Amino acid sequence: MKHLLAMLGCWLGLLLVTPVVQAANTPLPPTLEPLLEALVDAKLSQAAPVLTRLEAEGGEAILPLFRTMLAGDLYYIKASKRVIAVTEMAGEETQLDLLSGAPIDRLSKREISKIRVNNSLRGQLRDAISRLQLGSVSASVREAAVRALLSDLAPGTLDAIRVARLNEGSADVREVMDMALALNRLNTATEAADRIEAIAQLEGSLEGPVRNALNRIADSDPVPQVQQAAQKALVGIEQRVEFYAFIDQLFFGLSLGSVLLLAAIGLAITFGVMGVINMAHGEMIMLGAYTTYVVQLLMPNHIDYSLWVAIPMAFIVAGLAGVLLERLVIRHLHGRPLETLLATFGVSLVLQQLVRTVFSPLNRQVASPEWMSGSWEINPVLSLTLNRLYILAFALLVFFALMLLLKKSSLGLNVRAVSQNRDMARSMGIRTGWVDAMTFGLGSGIAGIAGVALSQLTNVGPNLGQAYIIDSFMVVVFGGVGNLWGTLVAAFSLGIANKFLEPVTGAVLASILVLVFIILFIQKRPKGLFPQKGRAAE
Amino acid sequence: MKIKSLAVGVALAMGASSLSFSVLAADTIKVGVLHSLSGTMAISETTLKDTVLMMIEEQNKKGGLLGKQLEPVVVDPASNWPLFAEKTRELLTQEDVDVIFGCWTSVSRKSALPVLEELNGLMFYPVQYEGEESSKNVFYTGAAPNQQAVPAVDYLMNELGVERWVLAGTDYVYPRTTNKILEAYLKANGVAEADIMINYTPFGHSDWQSIVSDIKKFGGEGKKTAVVSTINGDANVPFYKELGNQGVSSEDIPVVAFSVGEEELSGIDTAPLVGHMAAWNYFQSVDTDLNSEFIQKWHAFTGDDSRVTNDPMEATYVGFNMWAQAVQQAGTTDVDAVEQAMIGQEVPNLTGGTALMNKNHHLSKPVLIGEIQDDGQFEVVWETEGVVPGDAWSDFLPGSMDLIADWTAPITCGNYNVKTESCGGQAN
Repeated sequence: MKHLLAMLGCWLGLLLVTPVVQAANTPLPPTLEPLLEALVDAKLSQAAPVLTRLEAEGGEAILPLFRTMLAGDLYYIKASKRVIAVTEMAGEETQLDLLSGAPIDRLSKREISKIRVNNSLRGQLRDAISRLQLGSVSASVREAAVRALLSDLAPGTLDAIRVARLNEGSADVREVMDMALALNRLNTATEAADRIEAIAQLEGSLEGPVRNALNRIADSDPVPQVQQAAQKALVGIEQRVEFYAFIDQLFFGLSLGSVLLLAAIGLAITFGVMGVINMAHGEMIMLGAYTTYVVQLLMPNHIDYSLWVAIPMAFIVAGLAGVLLERLVIRHLHGRPLETLLATFGVSLVLQQLVRTVFSPLNRQVASPEWMSGSWEINPVLSLTLNRLYILAFALLVFFALMLLLKKSSLGLNVRAVSQNRDMARSMGIRTGWVDAMTFGLGSGIAGIAGVALSQLTNVGPNLGQAYIIDSFMVVVFGGVGNLWGTLVAAFSLGIANKFLEPVTGAVLASILVLVFIILFIQKRPKGLFPQKGRAAE
Repeated sequence: MKIKSLAVGVALAMGASSLSFSVLAADTIKVGVLHSLSGTMAISETTLKDTVLMMIEEQNKKGGLLGKQLEPVVVDPASNWPLFAEKTRELLTQEDVDVIFGCWTSVSRKSALPVLEELNGLMFYPVQYEGEESSKNVFYTGAAPNQQAVPAVDYLMNELGVERWVLAGTDYVYPRTTNKILEAYLKANGVAEADIMINYTPFGHSDWQSIVSDIKKFGGEGKKTAVVSTINGDANVPFYKELGNQGVSSEDIPVVAFSVGEEELSGIDTAPLVGHMAAWNYFQSVDTDLNSEFIQKWHAFTGDDSRVTNDPMEATYVGFNMWAQAVQQAGTTDVDAVEQAMIGQEVPNLTGGTALMNKNHHLSKPVLIGEIQDDGQFEVVWETEGVVPGDAWSDFLPGSMDLIADWTAPITCGNYNVKTESCGGQAN
């Protein structure tokens, strides 16, 4: 929870910082003008030397241009060959003359042309930005810059680090700089004693380049003592790496589990509580995902907030579809499970084709909000992706909200009463038909919410639902029909089992093994992990 | 045989004698279109159906073929592989079509193939595929592995200095065969077993966390690493998203894909893909007069200026034009005559130069490698010098290196073994 809060803080901080960077656009020295023209004229293969000169002559002033270029926002005016930055903020396009640092009157797409970048230029830009950032005012930026440079310690880079080391005020950054210098000593020192000293300095570092260098030394250093020192240092490092790899895998498992939970929890209500085998459950998820798409279409300038609108909308859309499905089809097939299965399967096909006709058979593009992209880097070997982290938290939130609803609200009471003994409930004056419709709507609405979450992870297309229907049934049956806690435990244990099997067996075999396990398990315990007890279960 | 050649003769004579006669006769040349319009493959195949319809419309505006109008017969095999065989039979027996343009997945082609051979039909297959096949009744206008996968690996190895390789694919015949060929090719080029990682995932795989994390680990061991992706269709989007989220950038570990084109990119947020690559024989961004004309026509035909064009569309374009030329040259739509006339046909590519139909029913065409841009288009970063002839049987697989396909006399065989000098030396 603390970490989550910290993350939220970071995110808010980022939101505040970004506009400041945008505004602090200082003019470039006019001496760079010929170089910028050369950049405009250069072909992709000729641009590298121009960038090198720009870096050398421009110094820190060139940073905004490099950043713009790396982001692919660098353009030039066709008529005057002036270099401009074209950025979009909240749907508003701004064009900035980079030489003067002043905004210009908006030119149409035809009057400007993009300065193209390819992978090797992107690599060069990134390194150059890191080198230039060694002089940044923020310690964390400087530290990140040194870490980024570790993999490519060219002589020029090393000189830059040495110079920066002299004036470095922050102890943390100095430590990373020392690590970079020690790594260089390890790679280049001719004296064995120097190398051993460097190894001692590098002990415990989790950085990839350090581990690679140590591995190489441990295998092939000409002096046996150095080899031994490197091997010893590696043992400690590898232990920590393995520990973090385990945490990483656990997180992957929990994350897959949260997806399964979201997909299955609605079904746990319709199938588990009402006993209806609803093959159209997947399509309710799909409807939720398409709702997200439509919401984003309606508010293209506020993608960051679109999900907050999409969640209630998806609940309403899918919930209404569920209520309609119950009133029009399922109600009439009460007590005939086989016919319900076939009818809902038909409905699922109808819904799929409907979506194909309305939205086209192509997948639709659902954008990820800025705050859900990227990852939370804890250390060089462990980073958790933000979208998965949010979805994990969201799945748990939905689960507990639903628990609360069923336990504390009068609807929940009615639902539980009807599911335990329909006839008795009716004779107590509960409108069972109405409760059925509401329950089905609730289950479908939650499936819709799951669709919003899934739209962030996978494709939004007509087949979205099919991919999750089998998994959902598997989770509900494994957990025990009619038991929400069972669904929770089943979803997470299947997710974790899958992710721990995957590296060993491969993705295809892992899902087969999980399926086989469930079949065997159901043979032994037909009612799942947490069977319902008492007369109501009969 | 005698009757057949007689028929050809009569047809020839008729075609030559009077054009007006055929115009007066209300009959048409029927063109079958065998592309899925529903089910999972509809996403890719509906575009190709539209392309064929556009080409037919165009040809009809020019006066049709042999003085007859072309008539499209569209059927929907619904992404259901056995249905491809049934629909092929329906097209050939009930509708009596003269040619079929169709199929996308290899399994659908394999399903239609026996029917085509039994009823002596003619099909144009416009998608890149794994090779290891050459049928008398099929013309392959998409790329064989040596026209896509092998040049892409060459580019990565020679231009980017890649030393470690991740071969990631969806678990079915095209990725498995392509990866087998690539693995053999890499090893022949001195890449060690430990530097190759092979990974297969199910269709529509969406949880890429551990695989991407493995790739990251594999690529973080000091040698330049690249991913060669034969991941198919829908699974690509979550894959690239996960790469982006775990901070794997195209500068560190570039991914070169063989199944990601403009059409696939049009449905997704391209931000995490920028800088990754694809290898094809055509990109919409290639700036030639012919290409911009084609794109214009496509926009006019679909009435949608945002519709993209892609490689299988160009393959359909080339195939259709070659067929039209061959029919005109043969003066008939008879399958055997057209099949012989097809070999040696030349048609201008949309990307410049000409495509040539070889004796093995595969095309010679240029290979391009493009980097994905944020507008969903590709920037060409490399192309082969001249054209690459399609190789039906790979030179890097033990079973097929001695096989060739040659549909001209005296060999007239799709799997001729040059060592034993016999036809039918089946691979694997």
